[in-house]
Amino acid sequence: MAGLRTIRFRLNGEPVAAHIGAHENLVEVLQGQFGLAGARESCGQGLCGCCTVLVNGRAVSGCLYLAAFADGAEVTTVEHAERGEGLDAVQEAFIEAGAFQCGFCTPGFVLMTRQLLAEHPDPDEDAIRHYLSGNLCRCAAYPEIIEAVKLAAKKRKLHPRTKEER
Amino acid sequence: MKRATTPTETPQVGRAIPRLESWQKVTGRAEYVHNLRLPGMLYGKIFRSTFPHARIKSIETSAAAAVGGVYRVVTADDIRTIVPEPYYGPAFHDQPILAIDKVRYVGEPVAIVLASDPHVAEEATHLIVAEYEELPAVYDEIEAMTSPAIVHEELKPAGTFPDLKHLKGRRNTNVALDYHLRRGDAEQALADADHVFEHTFRTQQVMHTPLEPLVSVAESREDSLTIHTASQSPSFVRIEIARLLGWPENRIRVRAPFLGGGFGAKLYIKLEALVAVLALLTRRPVKVSLTMEEQFFTITKHATTFRIKSGVSNDGRITARQCEVWWNGGAYADIGPRVTQKSGFTAPGPYDIEHVAIDSYALYTNLPPAGALRGFGIPQLVWAYESHTDMIARALKLDPLAFRRRNLLRDGRPQATGTLMQDAALGKVLDRIAELMEWERPVDRGTGPVRRGRGIAIGFKACVAPTTSLAMVTLNADGSCIVYCGTVDMGQGSDTAMAQIAGEVLRMPAESITVVHSDTDATPYDMATLGSRSLFHMGNAVRFAAEDARAKLRALAAEAGLPPESDLPAGDVFRKRYGMQAGNVIGTASFIPSYTPPDYATGLTPNATPFWMVGGAGVEVEVDTETGHVRIARLVNVADVGTPINPKIVATQISGASIMQLGFTLFEKMTFDAGQLRNASLADYKIPGFHDLPREMVSEAVDAEQRTGPFGAKGVGESGTFGVSPAIANAIEDAVGVRLTTLPLNAEAVYRALRAARNEPLEND
Repeated sequence: MAGLRTIRFRLNGEPVAAHIGAHENLVEVLQGQFGLAGARESCGQGLCGCCTVLVNGRAVSGCLYLAAFADGAEVTTVEHAERGEGLDAVQEAFIEAGAFQCGFCTPGFVLMTRQLLAEHPDPDEDAIRHYLSGNLCRCAAYPEIIEAVKLAAKKRKLHPRTKEER
Repeated sequence: MKRATTPTETPQVGRAIPRLESWQKVTGRAEYVHNLRLPGMLYGKIFRSTFPHARIKSIETSAAAAVGGVYRVVTADDIRTIVPEPYYGPAFHDQPILAIDKVRYVGEPVAIVLASDPHVAEEATHLIVAEYEELPAVYDEIEAMTSPAIVHEELKPAGTFPDLKHLKGRRNTNVALDYHLRRGDAEQALADADHVFEHTFRTQQVMHTPLEPLVSVAESREDSLTIHTASQSPSFVRIEIARLLGWPENRIRVRAPFLGGGFGAKLYIKLEALVAVLALLTRRPVKVSLTMEEQFFTITKHATTFRIKSGVSNDGRITARQCEVWWNGGAYADIGPRVTQKSGFTAPGPYDIEHVAIDSYALYTNLPPAGALRGFGIPQLVWAYESHTDMIARALKLDPLAFRRRNLLRDGRPQATGTLMQDAALGKVLDRIAELMEWERPVDRGTGPVRRGRGIAIGFKACVAPTTSLAMVTLNADGSCIVYCGTVDMGQGSDTAMAQIAGEVLRMPAESITVVHSDTDATPYDMATLGSRSLFHMGNAVRFAAEDARAKLRALAAEAGLPPESDLPAGDVFRKRYGMQAGNVIGTASFIPSYTPPDYATGLTPNATPFWMVGGAGVEVEVDTETGHVRIARLVNVADVGTPINPKIVATQISGASIMQLGFTLFEKMTFDAGQLRNASLADYKIPGFHDLPREMVSEAVDAEQRTGPFGAKGVGESGTFGVSPAIANAIEDAVGVRLTTLPLNAEAVYRALRAARNEPLEND
């Protein structure tokens, strides 16, 4: 295997360093070196959204994103929200709407919903379906996810909390 | 926040509380075996067969073993140093841990490479070379009945099931089980009938695709093994590994945290025997984590052919029905023989028919093995009998709803096996579907290229029997409660439901109760989490264990000199009895319902099932006559789940099951070319996403009660699948006048049928 190199990036707000192989993807590094399992590989082709991670604020498929490219970047995972402030509006809404069953795809949906609401604070149902169509839920909690996104939008308007939510 | 609380008078059953593990799931912290890494762990990557049926001449592993970082390459010869007879399976001991002497399908595990780095192990698998001598293969379930290609030289029933014993040692056959039922004289009744209809229906092979692919980890100590596994049946895994190793059960610990989906894929033994032997061979922890692609080579849903023939009187009574069902079980039986029998006996549908004959066959073929998938064969059967029902109604110019009502089984009437229907709300479910569909309203079928239509369907299912569940409910010194149960929470919300049941008995908020699930060192025996059995069986066990705990607490209070029925909070009783915060009460219970096995010759039994599940669907479709594209405008799903323990989770289960079945109906299909699977990935095998969601969905449970269930409840995981496929086919015919009899109902199939109906068939038709 290729030799190791060191990358430095900010992970959920903290500066970190990792020794990585050129072939390693971001999910492997997050799991193997930082114990973060929220982003997880499922289809391995960037089609299901289970491995969603935000890099510089944009959602990427962590199973296809080479860790080397994260050098110098701001990386955010689903584990970010619970730091200090508890759950965010999206996570609360997913719980209240019962928008998951097995929960394996949920972190990906939470992160995509966050990005959706940052861009479209009040999305209609078509916009929700379109925006989240890259995330798959085999338990098919889709109707509840739509409900959760609408609820999260409402919550964010009522109680803006974090910077992104304002 | 979990804490011991003062008693509550609020009923816990019927509360739509969020799942207990919600916080863990939205923060990415829920435990899955997928995430598990142990110090010194080796990763195994599997080298698989490239032939559908072949004798193994040689397996050359030296180049793979020489790759830097490879710890070891293992074949069946190495496995046999630990397990001399390494064949496993719930119904037949037919599946080798790694292929022995021959391979029986493309993708069968032949060897495995172990390395600390999974990439190294993967790379090394490409350097293994196996030489084969190809054998004739058989893929079709009908051809398998008579094909000279024989998948297994000799049948090896596991001995677990009495009705398989007669198959022991049988040679030169691909029939892994034949189930027959005879009630009345179907042949004579057909000869006497005013009208006779015969149709043949087919379903395709599909895969569960849980988003957490199958994964198991094993670690060994001096004389014990711990297996962490994404399994729906930890107790079965323990028993089967103990049998393979010749060990007592108490040296094997099997634990299953949350599962990232199961749907029947993670039942019985899948990777567990393999990792167990590898851990013993290497004395290091070993993890085998399949890719999405590999899942397609592991377990699937049966393709089927179903020939159904009915006699109907002039006044619209079904007088006789003959059912012949062939189940394509693939290369290893898995639980297929159970599907063949346990589902087979409902093949005539939920109708009151005097003369019935059923022949149901489990076939071996050279395809990936098939087992249980959300419905245990029922969706394949309902697909056929409810399409058939509509075709009869149409031919006799009867309203499909009225025709069903006329023939529906009422409570107290015998089903095909002779077992009486009880607590099966077939009429209510059908009525509610009709109401939600506004069946009396005229339909605007449209005039342009897009035509509209609607269809309904209803199905039912028996619960696998007899099966056992045990539970423990303990009260701690402060009065807080822990439920220990082996039910695996794979998303269905069992932890939450069990807490609600225990809370109902003990008058505690469900949120204050901790549920310890599926660890064979801690939780008592449970047959498995399958077939919608857990809420009924484990739910009853938890209820009785909680009642036992309550009785023991009262006894303790009496010992402490407290007045009977004082009902002091538990913490106070312990303090009084032990003089400090100390002690426990441990409530236990086991539950097994009564059951009478079917007579071998007639298939009849007065007690086939502990309860019946009922599910039905109504759909409105739009069919584009220019492209064949089918759009679901509205999907109504109604089920009898008894009394819902958690109405919110019940509704999500019904809609989730129906959307999954929508994928199996409209597009999912494993496509093969001479035994080679061509679409083993989510890029080529599409599962439902947001764009496939019906524009409008209604998912409901009717007001019903399962009197023998815990607080009136019964299972719900599968009922939402039953009616979807035939309701859509019925709606397509209603819209555009063509009848499809083979799943999936994709645009190509619809368009070909439309062209054929116009007498302008496409090529290859």
